[in-house]
Parts: sequence; C-alpha cells; structure tokens
Amino acid sequence: MLAVENLHSGYGRIQALHGVSVEVKKGEIVTLIGANGAGKTTLLMTICGSPRATKGRVLLDGQDITQLPMHKLAHLGLAHSPEGRRIFARMSVLENLQMGAVAGNPDHYDEDLDKVLTLFPRLKERINQRGGTLSGGEQQMLAIGRALMSRPRVLLLDEPSLGLAPLVVRHIFEMIKQINQEQGMTVFLVEQNAHHALKLAHRGYVLVNGRVTLTGTGAELLANPEIRAHYLEGGHGATA
Amino acid sequence: MEYFLQQLINGLTLGAIYGLIAIGYTMVYGIIRMINFAHGEIYMLGAFISLIAFLVSTLLGGTSVALGLLAALVSTMVLTALYGWAVERVAYRPLRNAPKLAPLISAIGMSIVLQNFSQLTQGARVKPLPPLFKGGIELMHGETFSVNLSYLQMTIMALTVVLMMVFTWVITRTSLGRAQRATEQDMKMAALLGVNTDRIISATFVMGATLASVAGLMVTLYYGVIDFYIGFLAGIKAFTAAVLGGIGSLPGAMLGGLLIGLIEAFWSGYFSIEYKDVAAFSILVLVLLFRPTGLLGRPEVEKI
Repeated sequence: MLAVENLHSGYGRIQALHGVSVEVKKGEIVTLIGANGAGKTTLLMTICGSPRATKGRVLLDGQDITQLPMHKLAHLGLAHSPEGRRIFARMSVLENLQMGAVAGNPDHYDEDLDKVLTLFPRLKERINQRGGTLSGGEQQMLAIGRALMSRPRVLLLDEPSLGLAPLVVRHIFEMIKQINQEQGMTVFLVEQNAHHALKLAHRGYVLVNGRVTLTGTGAELLANPEIRAHYLEGGHGATA
Repeated sequence: MEYFLQQLINGLTLGAIYGLIAIGYTMVYGIIRMINFAHGEIYMLGAFISLIAFLVSTLLGGTSVALGLLAALVSTMVLTALYGWAVERVAYRPLRNAPKLAPLISAIGMSIVLQNFSQLTQGARVKPLPPLFKGGIELMHGETFSVNLSYLQMTIMALTVVLMMVFTWVITRTSLGRAQRATEQDMKMAALLGVNTDRIISATFVMGATLASVAGLMVTLYYGVIDFYIGFLAGIKAFTAAVLGGIGSLPGAMLGGLLIGLIEAFWSGYFSIEYKDVAAFSILVLVLLFRPTGLLGRPEVEKI
C-alpha cells in the first residue's frame, strides 16, 4: 500500500535519511522505532513532501507521490497525525474535525463524525471547546480523530504517546488497534515507546541515524536482545 | 455639543473607510505574516475604477443614482479584486519560501509600480467627480451650529455595516473561512489535511482587495477628488489602524479604523487640521511603545 524506496532527505546541508526503505501492506500496523534524532519524524514528513526527498521514491498504491504538492496527498488517502499534534488551537474541536474532513467525501461527513466521536467520547464532551484548551491526551485524540475524518487508506501516526500519562497511552494504543481491526485501517506508527508499539504492530523497523538497521515482526523485534538492551530495558519503553 | 456630534459623525464615516482598508492588512498579515505595502495602492485603484465606472454609467445615460451606485460597486469590487489577486500571484507567491525581507521589498516595489501605472494611464492631475448624492438630514438644530448627517454618510456607514456582517459570516461560518483560519494558524498542517493553501492565500488577497475597493469608492464619493497618490497616506493610516487594533485581529482592524477616524476628526475639529496626520501617527508610535500587540491583539504565546 505504502512503499518507501531508498529515501534520502534532510534539512539544508544536514542529511537526515540515508536511503530508507519501508513497506506497509494493506491492513497492517507497521511501526518504526528509533531513538531521538534517528530521523523518524523526518521520514514521515518526507513522505508528505516537506522536506522534499533528495533521492528515492514514495509510492502509494503504486503511484509515485514523491514530488506531489502536499495538499494533494490527503486527497489520495494519506492522513497524518503529526509530531506535536498540531491542533488548530483557536478553533473548536468540531472545527478541527471539520478541517480533517476537507479531503473526505462530504457525503460521509456525518457518518465519519459519528464514528470518531464514538471512538473518542471525550471529544464529544468538548465539541465546542477550543483546541488549545484541551489536555495533552485529548489533543492527541483530536489529532487522530481529525486524521480519521477523511477516511484515509493509510494513517501516519507520529509518536502518539509523547508526553502522555501511561494510562492515556494505553487508551490511545487500544484505539489504534481498534481502528485497525474494525475498519481495516492501514497504520504506519512511529514511536519512541518501543514496547507498546512493537506489541501492537504486525511488523516493525528500527531506524538508527537515518538508516534502517533491523526489521521483523513485532514479536521478533520484541524478543531481539539488541532491541531489549537499547530500546526496552532502561530505555524509553521501560516505564511500561 | 452640536459641534461634538458633528465631529463624531464625520469621524465614524472616515473610520468606516479606514476600517475597510485595515482589514486587508490584518488578514494578509495573519495568513502570511507580511505587511502588504501595496494594499494602499489597491485601494487607490479601487477609487479610480469606481470613478471610471461612475462616469461610464452617467455616459450611458443612467439616471437612477441607486442603480448607478450598484453597477459601480459591483464592477469596482470585481476589477479591484483581480488586481489584488494579480499582485499576490506576481509579486509574493514566487517569494513564498524566501527570507522574510524579500516579499516586503517586493511589496514596496509593487506599490511604486501601481502608483506609476495609474499616473501614466490616468494622468497626474487631481480627478474630480461631480457629487452624486445630495442632501441629508438635519439631526439637531443649534443656535450657531446644526448637526447634519448626509445621505452619503448614511450610505457609507450602512454599506460598511453590511460588508462587515457578510465578511464576518464568511470567516466564521463557511468552509472557506474555516480553511483561512486553519491556514493562518498552521499552514503546513492545513496543507497536510488537503487544503490548497496557495488558493486560500489568493482568496485572502481577493477579499482584502474587495473591501479596500469599496473604501476607494466611498472616498471618491465622499471627497469628490482623487489622484494617483491617495493610496500612500490612506494605506499608512489604515495600517496604523490595523496595528492599533492588534495586527492579525479582524475585529481589531475595524475598531482601530474607527478610532483613527475619530481621532482624526476630533483633532481637526478642535485643534488644527494641518496636524491631523501627526495625531494619527503619534498614536501608532504610542501603541508600538506601550502595547505592541494592539487593543485586541493577542501575544504570540500559545499552550503547547
């Protein structure tokens, strides 16, 4: 469904990705784990066209989307819940969700809104509240809900667990699982919280300094001693 | 008291005109963080286009003032909007990712280009328009001074109120307005969600130019004379109004416009008409010194 081939990218003269290849198949949850500064967010943003890839390709359903203008991607079925959530702070929760539906089919709007509000009842309670006044966890739900409003074929999630309490993290991950199982949503999840992410994912990749160093099923990677040493025990995932 | 009331009416009329121009500054600033110094020229072009439209409608033998006004209003809005669109397309869009100073210089250049364009095509002399609206009503009859509200002043205020209402509705209730607000808050996120942000920016310039063109039409009717240079001073004053109200804030622009209009009217009425511009710009200095975010502006801090 989503294929990244030999992607190079960076900011100015600083190169952040050195030939990354990743594949996400239809209906899968694939996770990319890595430490701070490994290039995880850069990979997701390069898929979306900012920064532009200097080499390599991004394919969505076989179509080359590497050089497309950013706003076209949402209309092709790629939704992104980005790093830092990027909620429209001075717009209401409802308006944020409406913005998510820009690339969607207007006929599905009511149904999709209903679906998102059922998934995240908390958003329903706060529907007229301004986005900037929500708590971190609520903002994360809003960011994911907003991404779902366009009925994407592929959902990109950038560190949905960042800065959230463990209980909230668990809830968010359960929701991701539910979206995947019930709606067959294809998910590409970027995480520092390796333990949760690998438990959830069908397959995973490990990114180190802009290169993929390891890949395997979620269970394989969880059991891998190198991963345990670097990312789980005493690492960022250890709190879980 | 009568004198005060008369200055109040004059000031509100003037303020409505400044407010309409100020909205263009504040909207463009909100969305691309740039002061569009060519905006005053857009207003000047609006004044010229409306003058031509009035003359054409008189030539065609139009006798109904209302019909002539409507025709002039529509053609002025449409043609000036085209100018606004073109300015953004030609002078700013190619510099979207350039350092911030580049579009600012480009804006000043565009302002000079438009001034010279209208000087060359329309001539440098002052252009008069015979008064179309005559009469008014006497609100109060004093012993030495009576308060008049002319039909033209009423039209200007009523038109401004209607435009403000339509405009507010577009910004707060339509999907275009929602996309504009989203683009203003986070352009990249809006693009990620599928908003064609270039088109939204174009729409913003078109809306700003449309409102400025109506201001130009009003000034043509109100003062009866225009020239190619009127955009400069009016532009700077409207910019002052936008800063006074809080740049980026739409109600602020309208409020700032009204205040600048009132300050100017009262200053000319009670002190000296020669120094009315000094009064307006002293306000700009004071605001920048003591309240740089303006009356209704918000400081650039946000919860993360």
